[in-house]
Parts: sequence; structure tokens; C-alpha cells
Amino acid sequence: MERIYMDNGATTRVTEPVLEAMLPYFCQTYGNPMSIHHFGHESRFAVEHAREQVAKALNADPSEIYFTGCGTESDNWAVRGAAYANIKKGKHIITSVIEHHAILHTCQQLEKEGFEVSYIPVDEEGILRMDEFKKALRPDTVLVSIMTANNEIGTIQPIEEVAALCKANGTLFHTDAVQAIGSVAFDVKKMNIDMLSMSGHKFHAPKGVGALYIRKGVRLQRLINGGGQERTQRAGTENVASIVALGKAIEIATADIEGHNRKLAEIRDRLIDRILAEIPYTRLNGHRTQRLPGNCNVSIRFIEGEGILLGLDMYGVAASSGSACTSGSLDPSHVLLAIGLPHEIAHGSVRLSLSDENTLEEADKVVDILKKVVERLRSMSPLYDDFINGRTEA
Amino acid sequence: MAMEYTEQVLDHFMNPRNVGEIEDASGVGTVGNAKCGDIMKMYIKVENDVIVDVKFKTFGCGAAIATSSRATEMVKGLTLDEALKITNKAVADSLGGLPPVKMHCSVLAEEALHAAIQDYKDKLERGENPDAGEEIKYV
Repeated sequence: MERIYMDNGATTRVTEPVLEAMLPYFCQTYGNPMSIHHFGHESRFAVEHAREQVAKALNADPSEIYFTGCGTESDNWAVRGAAYANIKKGKHIITSVIEHHAILHTCQQLEKEGFEVSYIPVDEEGILRMDEFKKALRPDTVLVSIMTANNEIGTIQPIEEVAALCKANGTLFHTDAVQAIGSVAFDVKKMNIDMLSMSGHKFHAPKGVGALYIRKGVRLQRLINGGGQERTQRAGTENVASIVALGKAIEIATADIEGHNRKLAEIRDRLIDRILAEIPYTRLNGHRTQRLPGNCNVSIRFIEGEGILLGLDMYGVAASSGSACTSGSLDPSHVLLAIGLPHEIAHGSVRLSLSDENTLEEADKVVDILKKVVERLRSMSPLYDDFINGRTEA
Repeated sequence: MAMEYTEQVLDHFMNPRNVGEIEDASGVGTVGNAKCGDIMKMYIKVENDVIVDVKFKTFGCGAAIATSSRATEMVKGLTLDEALKITNKAVADSLGGLPPVKMHCSVLAEEALHAAIQDYKDKLERGENPDAGEEIKYV
């Protein structure tokens, strides 16, 4: 069976050039970068080269890049580290209701530890409510963390506007850019970003490596204590091979962002346009244009998301959903609820997320398969029955 | 996800048995709600105290659809008393088990069946004769 992978928001394939770049750092160049000998030097050189590659992609200085174990660690470090480093200045933090749990759960924990957190709502399309944000910003707000682009619905946030307001207020600004690397062109200087999180496996590096950009002069409390790695700020022997991979991967991902976006947006729009036109009672979640070029998230009424995913998987299509059954809890995705979807419509959501390796032909095949899956599940659905027979309203 | 389901669950999900409605059902049971993401509707046809036909419609995840399907298969041909003894655990076990977080789906299947049987018994008590297949008035 031909399989089609459209779950790149979950993780991406490690591409051959990236694998090739990292392979020598297992069997040939294996020294500890902290060691003083030749073996160590070689590894140190590789890590520092990767740091330069990341810095260049963000228009940062290499000394402002810190490698971590994953995007979640980067997020935890930025939020917790900034909160505790500035505790004398204030204890107020602002974030949004649709952040990744790496941010939300960290903030909730900080609340238990005595910090105050404002969670800014979003509009129906998932865009941060700037009026609410401005109202929430206070003299004792020490940190604002707003994601660049949402992982579920792909909405791109007005982070430059937020960052400018933070700067004027003397507040640190962090952005979770985990989904945005390669799709949004970053210039941390021009955009007034103080901290930025990324995760290698979202742009074709392996799982288990991330990075945090920390603007020079910004002080964070350490999360991981131990040796003197990462200029004493993040202990633990460097994951050399994966760091090399992340450096190579970000170089490739940011070489032609415009071309990448053009290509993916065409495939995305094919998915969106065909699904909305050919499958009745569907809706697009998230903003139509202000969204990641590789994100298509739709709600399909009268059926449940996990059933859709299983059905798609049977035909070889990999996707994801915000339904409760796939989140391991009883509630559907907090993002879909935040944009105002009723539970039953949020349960029937499907996310198709693209990489450079997807094609228009695949998009067409996926829509054809989705139509079959939806039709089958609806034929089994008592909700669809009631609707078609006029027992419930549209 | 998919990996956690047994072959039997996936088979019942992909090839569900007894999907549909019974026009002149003796009893109908609906449990769950859309907000939680699970609704099961079960129809039974009873003759001489025996479930001679059973159909279902389900809005829900793979486990919900599979357990509905399996439950209908298990109760067809049983007397009402026998059918009431079919537990959610028996349904899940006969599918080779369910992931722990999905066990509540098998409870819904049991509840839907019990609700359908109760509906049938209620009608008998009200003096309606569901076996005759007359139109049921819902209040």
C-alpha cells in the first residue's frame, strides 16, 4: 500500500543530507566537546559550527544560541528561567490560551508557586486578541510568551506587534517558534525577540534536540545543573550528532523560505478548497491566509476524529486530530475550544500537515480517501441520521 | 493509537456488523452525548423473549464503533435475560482487550443494550405491543 505522510506537525522525516551530516559524529568523531584533546576539539568544532548555522538562520549571534534536549525543554527553560530570574521585578506573566502545553503547564505550575499568569484569549480564527493583551500588560509583567504559529490550527500570531509593546514596557518577550521554523523568516534583532524556542524534529532533524535563543544580556535561571556546557547555562554532555543535524537542517529549512511557502501553500490550498467544496458540513479551523503554509485543519461534522484517523490509516494516510480520544483526556483540544467550537464539532477535527516532501498529487489522493472515510463514518452516525432527517438543526 | 488496538478491534471498526436501524424495533436505547464524543443508539427486535435482530449506529472513536458492533453480534439470538448478562468486560475481552483509556467505550455498548431492553420492557408495561411492530410514539 502506498502510504502518504501528512502529519509533519507531529514530526518530520530526517532527510538524507541531514543524516549524512550527523553520521560521522557517532563512530568517527566521538570525542566529548569538553575534552581538551584532538577528539574533543573535533566535536567542539562541529557543535560550534551548528551554533553558527542556527544563529545565522535567526540573525542572532552564535553566543546567543543554546542547545537543549527538545522544544519542550526550551519552552520550560525560557518561561521558568525568566520568571525566577526577574522575581524581584515582578511576578506577572502573560501568555495565550492556545499555547502548547509545554508553555501552559509550565505557567500553571508557576501559578502554584506564587506567580500570576494572564491567559489572553484568541478570536474565532485563532488570532491573539490584541485589545485584551494591551489591557493585561502591567508594570510588573516580567515575561510575555506568545507562540509564533499555532501547532494545531496553524494561525500565525502578530508577534512583532506584541514584541514591540513588550519592549516599550520593559518586559521580556519569548516566542515558541517550534512550528514556525522554515515557514516564518526570523530576524530576532529587528523583531525584538528576547527568547525563541525551536525543536529539530519539526524541520527534518532527529527527535531529541532543540535550541533556545537567548538575547545577550537576558538572564535566565538554569533549569539543568551540572557541568559547564553551553557556557554554564545548560549542563549535560552535548548531543553532538543531533546538534550537527539541527544545524544542517535549519540551514536547509531557511535557505528558501519563500519558495517553500509558495509550494506548500499550493498543496495546502488544494486540500482546503477541495475538502470544503466536496465534503458537506465541514469548516476550516484557523485563519484562512494568516496561517502556516503547511497546515490544514478542518472539522467534519457528525463524526469523531479518532475514527477518521483510523479510517485514513487503513488507506495509508497519516494525519492527526484534536479529538478527545486522541488527546488521552475527555475534552477535545484546548485550541479548538478556544476558537469557540462546540465540543461535538471539535471532536471531529482533522489536521493534515505538510512538508516539502508532499505533492499536489498526494493532496488529491488524500481528499479522495477522506471522502470515502467520511461517508462511511457518517453512514454509521446517529447524529448524521438525526440531522438528515431534520431532527436537529444545522 | 492504531498500534494499541487489536486486530479484532480494527476488523470490527473497518467491517462493522449490524450497522443500521430497525424500522419497527421492539426497543431502542440511546446513551452517551455528543459533547463527550460518544453516542450509541441500539435497536432490538424481540420475539418470544428472544433478540431476533439488533442494529446500531454510533458516533465515536474506533473503540466505540468496534464495541457496538461486537456487542450486537454477541446478543443476537439470546434471550433478554441472557443478553443482560453480557458485560462490557466480556465484549472487550472478546475483542482481545481494549487500551485502558478506551474501556469506557465498552461500557457505553453495554449501557446502550440495557437501555434498549429497558425501552422494550417499558413499552410492554404501558400495554403497547412492540412485538407487533406498531408505531412507537415518543413523548
